[in-house]
Amino acid sequence: MNTRKIKTWAWVHKWSSLVCTVFMLLLCITGLPLIFHHEIGHLLGTEVEAPKMPAGTPHISLDRVLDIAKAQHPDRVVQFASQPEDDDGLWFVTLTPTPAPTDDFKSVAVDSRTGQILAQPKFDEGFMYVMFKLHVDLFAGLPGKLFLGFMGLLLLVAVVSGVVLYSPFMRKLDFGTVRREKRPRLKWLDLHNLLGIVTLVWVFVVGATGMINTWADLLIKYWQYDQLSALLTPYKNEPVVAVSERGSVQRSMEAALQHSPGMKLSFIAFPGTSFSSPHHTTFFVRGSEPFTSKLFQPVLVDAKTTEVTASPKLPWYLTALLVSQPLHFGDYGGMPMQIIWALLDIATIIVLGSGLYLWLKRGNTVPAASKVKPKPAAHEPAEISGSPQPEPAPAMKVQA
Amino acid sequence: MKDQHHPHQGFWRMWGWPIVLGLLTTFGLISALFSDGGLGDILAWITLGIPVVVCVWFGWRKAPAR
Repeated sequence: MNTRKIKTWAWVHKWSSLVCTVFMLLLCITGLPLIFHHEIGHLLGTEVEAPKMPAGTPHISLDRVLDIAKAQHPDRVVQFASQPEDDDGLWFVTLTPTPAPTDDFKSVAVDSRTGQILAQPKFDEGFMYVMFKLHVDLFAGLPGKLFLGFMGLLLLVAVVSGVVLYSPFMRKLDFGTVRREKRPRLKWLDLHNLLGIVTLVWVFVVGATGMINTWADLLIKYWQYDQLSALLTPYKNEPVVAVSERGSVQRSMEAALQHSPGMKLSFIAFPGTSFSSPHHTTFFVRGSEPFTSKLFQPVLVDAKTTEVTASPKLPWYLTALLVSQPLHFGDYGGMPMQIIWALLDIATIIVLGSGLYLWLKRGNTVPAASKVKPKPAAHEPAEISGSPQPEPAPAMKVQA
Repeated sequence: MKDQHHPHQGFWRMWGWPIVLGLLTTFGLISALFSDGGLGDILAWITLGIPVVVCVWFGWRKAPAR
């Protein structure tokens, strides 16, 4: 690689990282507790669990569950209802002022066998909520999400340019060399290169899947336009089905599950909400294999007649979104994987921090001579083989 | 540390370990997707654990390598 190329890549690496580093540090730090949000919820006692009952205890009708939840908030509508992944003894019912997307939601946890209200968990307050909002949208809604997505894109650019620069920096060094006995800047440069190249694939995957997650709202909107609009032509000009006109949700659920044998219910989106249509209750079911359990299949059930209208195959972009979620969260391989996620996250914090340090201390290691007359960078091994510190420093320093 | 000359400056010397670690990471990330508490998860712990160990090993130890 010649000097000009190194300079260009160094410029790209410097500016892409400088712009995103502060936000990436924020994301890494807030992401750390989020890796363990279930465990932290258990410790804080905010995790809701249904009391154990013998298998086969009869369940009450879902319509009854919804009535119980609605009685708590008579002025609200039900947007979603869901059951935890491994616990069908529990329904979470989400109530909002209107079917439109909002941050103002109330949650009611109802025992699916006794109809008892187990909790009214507040998902919109506390330490974990603040971590979550800072991580997802900086408390700024969709613009905040898209902004963080753009920062994620810059991270990917920084990673790629960092890999390109790895070779001129490491050409005289063995893998894993950290020159500790020299100046601190050299040690941090080596650590930056070492941790950066070792965590490369993980950072790239978590960064890219995080960026994809920021597009979730848009992808779902596009899905409605792309796939649902054709299904909804017969309902044209009809308003959102009023609650009084709706058929039994229990019967709708039975129809949906009958339509998708071998699948399990994940969540229900009610008419007019962002995951459904104005005329349907949409049941999202998932497979029972390890991989297919991460993918949803929507089943649209006519809210009035409780008959299945259609079960459109999930388009590729929503499949990509759903697969990118576990890859970002690290929640798909048990506790050891969560710990590995946390350690790699810490390594990334060190890479970001050392990168910032190297930029702040950029003047300090420039050899006096090269300040006056920058040497062309080492495009021939012989050129720097005599130098005590093999780095392609001159080109970098001039840039920085 | 005195010896700065390496006769072999080849591609594999520079990129061998990064490629191996990258492949291990890729394998681990994918294998756990297809497993629920089974072999795929264990393989993921090992293959993703190796880069972590490499970070700690080279990043932490005090004595220089050579």
